[in-house]
Amino acid sequence: MATIDEVKAAEGSDEAPQYKVIGTRPIRHDGADKVTGRALYGADIKIKGMIFGAILRSPHAHANIKSIDTSKAEAFPGVRAVVTSADLPEPGDKIAELGEGAVVLNHLSSNNLARTKVLYKGHAVAAVAADNLHTAQEAASLIEVEYEVLPPVMDVLKAMEDSAPVLNPDVRTEEASTGEKGDKPTNVAKHIVFEKGDIEKGFADAKYVIEREFRTSTVHQGYIEPHVATVLWNNDGQITVWTPTQGTFSVRSQMAELLHVPLARVKVVPAEIGGGFGGKISVYLAPAAAVLSRKAGVPVQIVMDRADVLQATGPTPGSFIRIKMGVDADGRLTAAEAWMAYEAGGYPGSPIGAGAMCVFSCYDIPNGRVEGYDVCVNKPRTNAYRAPGATNAAFATETVVDELCEKLGMEPVEFRLLNASKEGTRRIDGVTYPRIGLVETLEAIKNSEHYKTPLTGPNQGRGIGSGFWFNAGLKSAVTATVNSDGSVGLLEGSTDIGGSRTAIAMQFAEALGLAAEDIKPAVVDTDSVGYTDVTGGSRVTYATGWAAYEAAQDLKRQIVTRAAELWDVDPAQVSYEDGSVIGPAKSMTFKEIAVELSTEGEPLVARGVSNHNEPGGAFGTHLVDVEVDPDTGKVDILRYTAAQDCGTAIHPAYVEGQIQGGAVQGIGWGLNEEYWYDETGSMRNANFLDYRIPTCYDLPMIDAIIVEVPNPGHPYGVRGVGEVPIVPPPAALEAAIHNAVGVRMYELPMSPPRVLHELLKKES
Amino acid sequence: MAKKRIVTATINGREEEFLCQPRQTLLEILRNTLNLTGAKEGCSNGNCGACSVIIDGRAVNSCMILGVETKGADIETIEGLAPGNGLDPLQQSFLENAALQCGICTPGYIMSAKAFLDENPNPTEEEIRFGMAGNLCRCTGYDKIVRAIQQAAGIRAEQSASCEKETV
Amino acid sequence: MRDFEYEAPTSLADAVGLLAKSKGAARPLAGGTDLIDHVRTGRLVADLIVDLKKIPELMVLELNQEGLRLGAAVPCYRIYEHPGILEHYSAISDSSNIIGGMQVQNRASVGGNLANAGAAADSTPALIALDASVIITGPAGTREVAVDQFCTGPGQNVLEPGEIIVELRFPPRPAQSGSHYRRFIPRNEMDIAVVGVGASVVLDANGENFVSARIGLGAVAAKPFYAQEASELLAGQPVNDETISKAAAAARAVVHPITDMRGTQEFRTHVTGVLTERVIKKAVERARG
Repeated sequence: MATIDEVKAAEGSDEAPQYKVIGTRPIRHDGADKVTGRALYGADIKIKGMIFGAILRSPHAHANIKSIDTSKAEAFPGVRAVVTSADLPEPGDKIAELGEGAVVLNHLSSNNLARTKVLYKGHAVAAVAADNLHTAQEAASLIEVEYEVLPPVMDVLKAMEDSAPVLNPDVRTEEASTGEKGDKPTNVAKHIVFEKGDIEKGFADAKYVIEREFRTSTVHQGYIEPHVATVLWNNDGQITVWTPTQGTFSVRSQMAELLHVPLARVKVVPAEIGGGFGGKISVYLAPAAAVLSRKAGVPVQIVMDRADVLQATGPTPGSFIRIKMGVDADGRLTAAEAWMAYEAGGYPGSPIGAGAMCVFSCYDIPNGRVEGYDVCVNKPRTNAYRAPGATNAAFATETVVDELCEKLGMEPVEFRLLNASKEGTRRIDGVTYPRIGLVETLEAIKNSEHYKTPLTGPNQGRGIGSGFWFNAGLKSAVTATVNSDGSVGLLEGSTDIGGSRTAIAMQFAEALGLAAEDIKPAVVDTDSVGYTDVTGGSRVTYATGWAAYEAAQDLKRQIVTRAAELWDVDPAQVSYEDGSVIGPAKSMTFKEIAVELSTEGEPLVARGVSNHNEPGGAFGTHLVDVEVDPDTGKVDILRYTAAQDCGTAIHPAYVEGQIQGGAVQGIGWGLNEEYWYDETGSMRNANFLDYRIPTCYDLPMIDAIIVEVPNPGHPYGVRGVGEVPIVPPPAALEAAIHNAVGVRMYELPMSPPRVLHELLKKES
Repeated sequence: MAKKRIVTATINGREEEFLCQPRQTLLEILRNTLNLTGAKEGCSNGNCGACSVIIDGRAVNSCMILGVETKGADIETIEGLAPGNGLDPLQQSFLENAALQCGICTPGYIMSAKAFLDENPNPTEEEIRFGMAGNLCRCTGYDKIVRAIQQAAGIRAEQSASCEKETV
Repeated sequence: MRDFEYEAPTSLADAVGLLAKSKGAARPLAGGTDLIDHVRTGRLVADLIVDLKKIPELMVLELNQEGLRLGAAVPCYRIYEHPGILEHYSAISDSSNIIGGMQVQNRASVGGNLANAGAAADSTPALIALDASVIITGPAGTREVAVDQFCTGPGQNVLEPGEIIVELRFPPRPAQSGSHYRRFIPRNEMDIAVVGVGASVVLDANGENFVSARIGLGAVAAKPFYAQEASELLAGQPVNDETISKAAAAARAVVHPITDMRGTQEFRTHVTGVLTERVIKKAVERARG
């Protein structure tokens, strides 16, 4: 194992390393398949004999299920199987570790097929498999469910009141610090407190204190590929799942636990995945497809439509956040306090923990207190969405920071430079940062052409925002097999959502002095590679890249040993450098030795694993210019620049792409995206027409500035880049809107009706 | 149950005959009957463009057309775009510009862009963004997609210029 | 999708016959960009779908001294690509260019947009501004209805069972006339109008006074409608900011919007005035040439 610092020390150099492959922009290995339509995504998988499933979903946001009568569906011509929660094993009160934190199995199982209650509109109640999709859908509509409709609980603060209807009778408030649980049923599943310093004194020392309340709406990841699962419950009891997922091994664990079968009986085969952003980790369809397949005796495929995706998967929470921050006369932060309530959805599990850790993560604050609540409401069970929990929090904090800057008469970038977290800063939740690059992103923005160019017209404004996200390590494994022509097959378990198989192959190629094109990476099923954690937490290029680096070291060692045998010399006299194995008398390139060894002795197979969980993470700072139509409240983005510390950019085009894509998701969140519910708890905009993700016509080019402060904890200095860029945009937009037209927006999205409302209020 | 119809249409230059229930969309026919799975189903109601194909020279959402409506139509899908073993300028430009991340919107994007460039071979950035607004991408923020289409327009212009030279 | 039958008649008589004699719910199909989604989601029931695109009368597009004839099934792209329509009937060209994306415009028709009778239909305010009339054929023969009388409520229209829209007829455009349609949407494309305003103006010879005007409003009441008072008060008035803002105020005074996922009452009311001003000014600019 070697980190970039150790590598540099070994080489006796403090210079930036010179790379041959890292930093170049090769064409992705899966590129041709993806531009010709050949790549097989979830719904493109066709298994011999496959039939189609459809899910019956709850029309109510909150109801008890009195009875389910499936007889008419079963009798419908063409129907092959019908299932309800009665077909899934009783989960009991088990809590399982499923690769994405601890999960109450009863909740996960009930989220797949409701048991006694439905907790959101769209909650799955029963499933039908038939010869074709149309028949399955028609039959599903014939299932008769008797509901006792209950009042829906849609607001996070109201859900916390003692008088609120309780969604889950088994939920008790857990104190995060002690693990102790309350004694009465409640919607508040968790309470978190972080403290640092003396908050009273901190505020007493402040010259200015600003306290504000914020609300953010539920938003969805909005991946273009709907969820789909194809499952065969084979005659020997083996279960195969073909699905686009961020974590094949997580799906395997979830299936084994939910179906009460041994892990060894489940194989998960990853389809190409059409976007995830955190939303394709939990299972929604595969358990139902599995029990349908067991009944029908053939493979079953279930595909969601867009309305199902929006109403019944895992959006990210709406929230209520109160922030109070104090500064001294010099502009130094003296204290900060946050009170945050995140909507978990129907079952506990919002990212409040991450939100509470991120809320003040960009600032070095001596005294602080953060209090967080995980609260059940009658909306779909929330899930991860790109830096889960952080965007809500940053919107609130950064807006208060912008107001403090206004009070102080200080340039926002200078304020941030003065107060920025840096190496040694202790976050309020107790973590102390290693070498990080927030200051560098602020300087990059300050030095950018954009920052130096003045605005040109009325109703234009500029805003800045910073954001942070962690860098998960966790477990990864790869296997490298050397072919007789000197190419290398690289098997990995990290499903590839945005080009990661190439970024991993590049690190492997770099380590061996090969070209990216010499490597043939493949994302393989759970029987074909070592355990690998989810594609999430900004970890794949970092952690699976590290495993690939380790596999390259293993391969080098083997080549050195084998070359020594071949040349009949002491292995100590043989080394591997720059793509060649070098002995006292001879040297051979990788390709030459591979050809040689393919006819002499055993095949060359190497392995690499990683499991690192050091603190670290990455920061970004965004700058945006907007023009606000003062008569309609509409916000147009004129110019956008995002700077981010990515450690080392393995494939700079992919890093830019992550920054640009994340920024645009953040822009959508900031300006227009929201779950719009009516009073019955029914989402009224469950389609891509009224759930408004940005189109290309809503945006300018997004300038991405890659800042490279190598991560000292990684062989190539990699930091995860995927998640940070969604964090700053809403806050940066808020500051820009304020700068343009003088109103403050404390609620997301900052849609035209809301902005106009504030403008009209200001006028009168 | 409505009787299945026999529909004959030209698909990627070849005459194809398929059996089709009236309720089956063209997208369903392409994907499930003809095994042309390049067109993707993203929203089923014309809002995302992932199912875009070209009919009689114009980009359409195949999720909003019945299979039976395409009798006699000339249908082009992503599977028919690449010439022989090579790639179309749009396909090449998407790869060179890293204009795809997950890639699910890519076939629809490329087909729409082809129809768009056939109509407007030398578009401004504004025209590209207006013309392509019916194709959603959630990964890229569109920056690299717009650049890829700009580059493809340039390559196509060069190709047609050199074609003209040859014919002269 | 629920099962249905499909027919594609080639004559108007056959189409009317099929629709009239159908025992179940019969639905005419033009571009299908609304119908197919509605049938898929079960919002509309169809036992028979009658494809109208093979009927010559519904595909007519003719511009001459007598005005404009627009077949009900003509797709949007043929409208906005028509230079004569762009010049003389700009408002309907504007509408056709922003209904959905390019893929939708290549299928969707103005006739279908009108027949759906959506409160927020983008073409209807333009049709009202341009004083179009609707030619309807059915079992009882052919009749003509003024376009502002066609919609009767959300999703409701004057069509009797078996009747279809054959074409829209637009009177010839006087000299010194101009028209425009604009909508407010939260994004820049791919949205349903939160407020839609179509306006047509006729100016006097020197372009300084309004001779007449017609303003159609969409998405601010149960159906698109003709803003009569706002339109009439412009006649004979000088073209200036004061007159135009009076018309805008009059338009704002007659709206009855709802609050929904697209906008609030407050927003729709205010923006009706804002857009009315902007649209009249653009129509004036076009009238002046």
